[in-house]
Amino acid sequence: MNTDTATIQTFEHDVVIIGAGGAGLRAAIECSAQGLDTAVVCKSLLGKAHTVMAEGGAAAALGHNDPRDNWKVHFRDTMRGGKFLNHWRMAELHALHSADRIRELEEWGAVFDRNSDGYINQRPFGGHRYSRLAHTGDRTGLEILRTLQDHGVHQGIHVHQECTALTLLKDSDRISGVFGYWRDSGRFVVFKAKAVVISTGGAGKCWRITSNSWEYTGDGMEMAYSSGADLIDMEFTQFHPTGMVWPLSVRGILVTEGVRGEGGILLNSEGDRFMFRYIPDRFREETADSPEESQRWLEGETSARRPPELLTRDVVAKAILEEVDKGRGSPHGGAFLDIAGQRDAELIKRKLPSMYHQFRELAEVDITKEKMEVGPTLHYMMGGIAVDGETQMTSVPGLFACGECTGGMHGANRLGGNSLSDLLVFGWLAGRGVGVYIGALGNSPQVLSDQVEQARRDAVAPLNCDDGENPYLLHEELQYIMNKDCNIVRTGDGLERAIVELHKLKGKARRVQVSGASQYNPAWHEALSLRSMIVVAEAVALSALVRQESRGAHTRLDFDGEHEEWGKLNVVVSRQADGSMGVRKVDRGSPPDHLAAIAYSNLDSLEGGVHV
Amino acid sequence: MSEHIFRIWRGDSSGGDFVDYKTDVDDGMVVLDVLHRIQAKQAGDMAVRWNCKAGKCGSCGMEINGIPKLACMTRMNNYSQRDVITVQPLMTFPVIKDLVCDVSWNYEQNLKISPFKPSPPDSDGRHRMMQEDVDRIQEFRKCIECYLCQDVCHVIRNQGRKDRFVGPRFLIRAASLVLHPLDVEDRIPAVRDELGSGFCNITRCCTDVCPENIGITDNAIIPLKEHVTDRYYDPVAWILRKVTGRIRSGVE
Repeated sequence: MNTDTATIQTFEHDVVIIGAGGAGLRAAIECSAQGLDTAVVCKSLLGKAHTVMAEGGAAAALGHNDPRDNWKVHFRDTMRGGKFLNHWRMAELHALHSADRIRELEEWGAVFDRNSDGYINQRPFGGHRYSRLAHTGDRTGLEILRTLQDHGVHQGIHVHQECTALTLLKDSDRISGVFGYWRDSGRFVVFKAKAVVISTGGAGKCWRITSNSWEYTGDGMEMAYSSGADLIDMEFTQFHPTGMVWPLSVRGILVTEGVRGEGGILLNSEGDRFMFRYIPDRFREETADSPEESQRWLEGETSARRPPELLTRDVVAKAILEEVDKGRGSPHGGAFLDIAGQRDAELIKRKLPSMYHQFRELAEVDITKEKMEVGPTLHYMMGGIAVDGETQMTSVPGLFACGECTGGMHGANRLGGNSLSDLLVFGWLAGRGVGVYIGALGNSPQVLSDQVEQARRDAVAPLNCDDGENPYLLHEELQYIMNKDCNIVRTGDGLERAIVELHKLKGKARRVQVSGASQYNPAWHEALSLRSMIVVAEAVALSALVRQESRGAHTRLDFDGEHEEWGKLNVVVSRQADGSMGVRKVDRGSPPDHLAAIAYSNLDSLEGGVHV
Repeated sequence: MSEHIFRIWRGDSSGGDFVDYKTDVDDGMVVLDVLHRIQAKQAGDMAVRWNCKAGKCGSCGMEINGIPKLACMTRMNNYSQRDVITVQPLMTFPVIKDLVCDVSWNYEQNLKISPFKPSPPDSDGRHRMMQEDVDRIQEFRKCIECYLCQDVCHVIRNQGRKDRFVGPRFLIRAASLVLHPLDVEDRIPAVRDELGSGFCNITRCCTDVCPENIGITDNAIIPLKEHVTDRYYDPVAWILRKVTGRIRSGVE
């Protein structure tokens, strides 16, 4: 344990990237390509980041499986899926560049599944008009992360693994570095840097039922917030409709949307294919209205419309919840997902090998013969750190962010497949943004020892506390609050209650106590991440209380449906001078004309006269 | 619910011992769940490395009753209540603390494999590969880098050849490049020399413990060894090389 600030181990790099998932590694590769001395700091071992859990694919309008597809249709789908609350420019950049980013991965060794012409095969997914997801079976995230890792290790990038970043350091208003600790030894470390990129993902661990791993504790969002950056759209938390519901110990683990993309259907306890009853008006024209039409679509008939199981995630999640509420749920409180009745066993094993494996090993269910039981699970945060769409820089000079930890790109609801492409596009753009920023930087910002000392004192507090709170139990309490009052459907009363409870919890968390030394001490790790989770949870609850409508992933029982005036506003959270959390509405301004024209156009005009 | 006894190795690089924990186990639990329960209720400072809890990241490899396994994919109903369940870290690598060991040696081995070197794309900027030509390497690319194969491999574990042999994980990675339809790098000399393919004597222990059921030995290592044999020990090829002065491509 360090006792003296002056003796803390110090590294110096041009840029430090916090998080080694897809966004972080892509940003690191780009920073390195710009000639910068680049380091990655990550909580886990390199190659273990949560990107490996992304299963279905990466969305890009390659047009391999349907020549009618192009970036404009992808952009339009993304805006419609996001209920038109997306950051217009980010959604445009994403749609414009995702195809190149996917092709680039192939240059670096990625092996995506092929179509019959030998090109990258593309799979249908919820909310995407055409088969658009480049994929590798149902382990696309692993394929992408491993490709970035194996390419990245030869680019001269320094990797500091099993190291947790705790505090951003600033020289007046500019970023000057990061303070953190090695998880194995518990020793502190300072990374001096001209720029920092946050790519730490979401904060699913605030909820009890989540597809996220322990790493998802919102550290990056908290660090950015605490150093003066805004958080935007925090009320939009995506519940993936299909998580495992049994056994209890795996409740929440993801069942890929690819199951439905490959033809899987949802049934209630009465055997009713209920999604036909939940088609929103906005999508009625583009959705099949009978099992027969869905079947024809599955067989590849281009005039047939898409099955309702492939509606956007918010719609499907709420439909399952309602079926369960009405007493038509499966035995363990979910819905049935059936692929066995739609596809033969060989195809299921080939296209969905890890789902087959996961259900056989963890639930003793053979998905080629039996139905799965599935229910909603907290999966993704649309909201996050507010950034400039072009450069990915936050309002703090030198602080950048990319990937899930940012907000804006996905609006009120993210389409499946748009996350893997998001992290490639915006990781790349963040790297370029850093290059421009450092290129224009005059003198190097300095690390100030009083900031380091304060950060160190905050970090050791739980180890020096007597007779305090158990961090594991406080974490359970947090998850209880969020699952009860800040979940998939919300009310004003419930959110107010959650905010009061979170304030109480914050008080208790100040007195958290852990025993043992700082060497690889999971209770201490838990105590430190608890602080970030509580900040993120409070931001979600406050934003959700402010937004008095139901839009995308944010559903208020006391405010039904989308309200036009709310479509013009984003909710933004920032830290006030007195340390409290402030929340405000920000006018979105009018969309760029050329983008509004695409987003609101009909499909025929976007398909460029291509007919199939 | 039932009650089990877990015998867990506790200690660090300076030494340690097994400690018994009596704990409740619920229906459907895996070993990792039980370790977390012990951590939350009895041993807050017990170190366990884990991440996805779904068999996809390969972080929670450990030796359970002496067999290298992923704790997140090992169901408790494999064991009877009478069994004491012994859990220890992967013994081939230096322990850091409790169930966590230092696997950095593996990252060093990966650097010995030179980067993917693709042939130029077609004139339309795209690469064409047929699915049947990538099926085999997709099998190798399923690897989640849990290092259970590295742990069990006796060349590394018992013979201590960490200096000469990269282990099964990195031979399948090499095979995924050698058999890649687009890769143009000649990798056979490195497979023999830097990666040490000759050290493997095909006991298939690695294949047995692979949680992804990759045919490590039969599908990757044996074909690599055949490439090496063809290149260096085939007399006809040797004479042909002498006469023509040409080196055959490693990709056939």
